[in-house]
Amino acid sequence: MVGVLTWFGVAFFGAIGAVARFRLDSAVSARLPSDFPLGTLVVNLTGSFALGVLVGASVTHRIAFVLGTGFAGGYTTFSTWMVESERLGETGEVVSLLRNLWLSMLSGFGIAAAGFYVGQAIT
Amino acid sequence: MNTRSLRARLSSGETDETLGQPAAGVLSRLSVGQARVAAIMAGGAIGTLARAGLAEVLPHRAGQWPWATFVVNLAGAFILGWLLTRLAERSAPSRHWRFFAGTGFCGALTTFSTFQIETFEFARDGHIGLAIGYPVASIAAGMALAVAGVLIARWGRHW
Repeated sequence: MVGVLTWFGVAFFGAIGAVARFRLDSAVSARLPSDFPLGTLVVNLTGSFALGVLVGASVTHRIAFVLGTGFAGGYTTFSTWMVESERLGETGEVVSLLRNLWLSMLSGFGIAAAGFYVGQAIT
Repeated sequence: MNTRSLRARLSSGETDETLGQPAAGVLSRLSVGQARVAAIMAGGAIGTLARAGLAEVLPHRAGQWPWATFVVNLAGAFILGWLLTRLAERSAPSRHWRFFAGTGFCGALTTFSTFQIETFEFARDGHIGLAIGYPVASIAAGMALAVAGVLIARWGRHW
């Protein structure tokens, strides 16, 4: 069970994560304009690495809940990944659509695994 | 309607000023940028709480299907597909909606990082069927629901 303060922490860090995602996505999209949704990919990969480190480091349940479920969860997004892929399909960019799916999935898996082993190594 | 403009709208909301109505109450005293951040934080806090609450109710046990993550990710893909289409192509009830409900709520309700860690743990523990089936099912169903959301937003008349 988690207490009221922990729930506030989860909500707060989730809110911070959402704003961080917005800021970074906007910055990447502004600097590297592309049809490919690079901003979301950068957000999702950095967040997956961070969560991998937390899980690998076997932090306490409360820290995992606040920083992992709260921050990393609020920061990374599955829905934008899906809807941006749908947009690519709709505009006929099927190659970009498929690349967005497999590239995000494989690199996300790899970087989460890397984060996990880094987290294990530093504890 | 090309991908560029939708991408730009998605991340910067540049059309909101032309589509939106005057903001009411406390939001009207903030700059556009501050109100946007406030809307994202409010939606992000609610989305995160919903996901965290479901994760507590349906805890993920090793070697079992991660129902909580699966459900929030699919729900978020559907809602975001519906919402962005609705706001872009049909109506804009308020210039803050995209940021509150889209960037904030749907973005925080769904999670890519937990999805990847769960897949990694399946692979690490030797659950190869789950390590392949879980991402394939999430992506296939997520795409299908995003498309469904978009289509319903276009075809719907009263919702």
